[in-house]
Amino acid sequence: MTQPVSPPRDSADKVPSTTEAPVWRSLVFRADVRTLSLLGVLAALIVIGGITKPDEFLDTRNLQLVLTQASVIGVVTVGMTFVITSGGIDLSVGAIVALSSVWATTVATQEYGFAGILFTAVLVGVGCGLVNGLLIAYGGMVPFIATLAMLASARGLALQITDGRTQIVTVDSILDLGERDSYVLGVPPLVMVFAVVTIIGWLVLNRTTFGRRTVAVGGNAEAARLAGIDVRRQRLYLYLLSGLCCGIAAFLLIILSGSGQNTNGNLYELDAIAAAIIGGTLLTGGRGTITGSVLGVLIFTTITNIFALNNLQSDVQQIAKGAIIVAAVLVQRRTASTT
Amino acid sequence: MAPEPSLLSMSGITKSFPGVRALDGVDLDVQAGEVHCLLGQNGAGKSTLIKVLAGAHHPDTGTIRWRGEDVTLRSPIAAMRLGIATIYQELDLVEHLSVAENVHLGHEPTAAGFVVRGKAARSSTAALLKRLGHPEIDPTRLVGRLSAAQQQIVSMARALSHDVRLIVMDEPSAALDPDEVDNLFRIVGDLTADGVAVVYISHRLEEIRRIGDRVTVLKDGRAVAGGLPAKSTPTREVVALMTGRNVEYVFPDRPASAPQAAAVLEVEGLAREGEFEPLDLRVRPGEIVGLAGLVGSGRSEILETIYGARRPTAGRVLVDGRALRPGSVRAAVRAGLGLAPEERKAQALLMLESVTRNVSVSSMSRFSHGGWIDRGAERGAARAATRELSLRPDNPSVPVRTLSGGNQQKAVLARWLLRGCRVLLLDEPTRGVDVGARAELYAVVRRLADEGLAVLLVSSEVPEVLGLADRVLVLREGRVVHTAPARELDEHRVLDLVMEGSPAT
Repeated sequence: MTQPVSPPRDSADKVPSTTEAPVWRSLVFRADVRTLSLLGVLAALIVIGGITKPDEFLDTRNLQLVLTQASVIGVVTVGMTFVITSGGIDLSVGAIVALSSVWATTVATQEYGFAGILFTAVLVGVGCGLVNGLLIAYGGMVPFIATLAMLASARGLALQITDGRTQIVTVDSILDLGERDSYVLGVPPLVMVFAVVTIIGWLVLNRTTFGRRTVAVGGNAEAARLAGIDVRRQRLYLYLLSGLCCGIAAFLLIILSGSGQNTNGNLYELDAIAAAIIGGTLLTGGRGTITGSVLGVLIFTTITNIFALNNLQSDVQQIAKGAIIVAAVLVQRRTASTT
Repeated sequence: MAPEPSLLSMSGITKSFPGVRALDGVDLDVQAGEVHCLLGQNGAGKSTLIKVLAGAHHPDTGTIRWRGEDVTLRSPIAAMRLGIATIYQELDLVEHLSVAENVHLGHEPTAAGFVVRGKAARSSTAALLKRLGHPEIDPTRLVGRLSAAQQQIVSMARALSHDVRLIVMDEPSAALDPDEVDNLFRIVGDLTADGVAVVYISHRLEEIRRIGDRVTVLKDGRAVAGGLPAKSTPTREVVALMTGRNVEYVFPDRPASAPQAAAVLEVEGLAREGEFEPLDLRVRPGEIVGLAGLVGSGRSEILETIYGARRPTAGRVLVDGRALRPGSVRAAVRAGLGLAPEERKAQALLMLESVTRNVSVSSMSRFSHGGWIDRGAERGAARAATRELSLRPDNPSVPVRTLSGGNQQKAVLARWLLRGCRVLLLDEPTRGVDVGARAELYAVVRRLADEGLAVLLVSSEVPEVLGLADRVLVLREGRVVHTAPARELDEHRVLDLVMEGSPAT
């Protein structure tokens, strides 16, 4: 019998001790650099806010407001992060939030009270996600096109339901959740929902088979298929998940604004995509980070807040946002090319 | 010979990437009109060296002299202006443009500076294609509709559309059939007769013997031998230089007696219209069955159809006597089939992920409870599977993209080993695997078979099929033309069988 050709045993045994530690350390280091730089940006923003408006910015109420505002778009971004990690895109998130929020606040729905509103918001979100998922996974449509169509239709339907009017919420148990009385240890309920969604999202992406399949489909769909993963079903689930997040976000928005409007969630798709991208999720799929996405959301919300406190108009905010996206991606490309 | 300066003379070229010294003082000397072969294992620095030559990488130190003068290759365009053209292994053509548009991409013949003169581009393209021996390629055709071999011709036409003095070819024969390889060699001969130099990279030693003039061997970023005579240097010496040890094509011994167990894989009348005709075959546990045939003979299509990645138009596949749901990869995997596909990077590996995750991807349910992954158990199992195949480095947390071709293939095998698969389908298992690592891979495959796996092997390298398989099915144009025990066949007989009756070109 011919022996397989392999290096002598003793040299083979030395390999792990010399290579393992540095590789392991460099991986951790690289992950840290990304997160740390985002944390650094956030810290810098807080310092800028503290210097320009020391009394107003660092006020507890203001910080609560920032986090509350971040919650709605944050929940959407968690879902978006999964979709982008799988190599897809969901342009319909803002429209789904709008449709969910108005469907859940019609006079008929409000008769069923708190549970009716919550149930409807989530169901409409999941329903829209189901349509997206079926079109993309089983209808063979490109995600960009399918969700663009959903964007148009859902917004149209939201307008049809409201006829352009703001639907005021009259259910007290909903409105109470937005009041200061319901804060637990100073934390608004909306922020708690955001935190829970974030933690669950992180665990699902990093610690479960669902997360692994998401990454595999995004990294190489053909390889995932040939490895025995049901790629189509996974895609369906991902758009369902994004829809679910939109439903939850719509519910939070109803609490926050005490109403449902067909203009809700305007341009959420761009904010969510931008937050995910500056967080370090690859637009081409195969790599995603919930931590990065959440930091991205916090950075954008903080900027908006600081600009508002300093009486700068939204046009300046938009320009700053654009510059930050470009800067973040450039920095990431530099760090990526050196590793 | 007159002592005129070399066409190209690179000396002391170094190039470092973070953590890696890819080139460590390489010298390369190329004369006008010669075929200079570049040999080396994966990771030896060949790709980096040709990228430096193409102007895509900038060397850290070292000098490049071109026809006796120092030059700096600032960009691919600068290299092209000097007359250096590179044909990469992964062809860089635009699929949605026509042949003529691709050939003239970036230097279109124009009127008034910007209006493309399509007719001039087409006629000069037609002339180039004729010179390359492929007048049948229509300059107006879209490149995406051409075969791989034709695309390579287009790539070459593009190189020749410049005033070229040196052409670098990176494994040009990898995707070609023997007759196409003959045409390639004829082209190379014509070019060198015109005084053009060719830097030729290949893993196939016999090709280098046929067309090479001199050989430079790279190992670990250094040129361990420069300018050896290609025809007379003994194979043993070349291989020893490349690997640092003496290795030849070594095939493991076959077991003394043929396996007697009942077939685990049975294929009955399986066919796909237009690809291959009804096929019957059986593979027993412990048996390696080889499919030999040219590119286009339906080899890969057969494997992928058995695996469920393509839906058959007739027939069925049985594992342990039970028919699989047709066209379902998941059914095949669940029944115990595993595929190591031809295009490892595109079809098998998650290049951004670690070895562990690449190995565990098909068996995640084994390390998870209610979808929750036990990462300790996953790592342990992946380590055990990669150790069993002596995958290097012995550390499954490294990214899979940092592995050599042979070790990436082992990662794919480890995936199926971990899954506990019973039938292994191997499609070109040693493509892109260097000579030294091949013998080791052969030994691994034979050992897996000895341990009771059924193996179905496809390879375009006839010696590989003959050396490794117990039984060989010879394919021609989607049909099995001969079946025999491997020991009753030889390379000539198989080549006769696969080419017999095929239209002459």
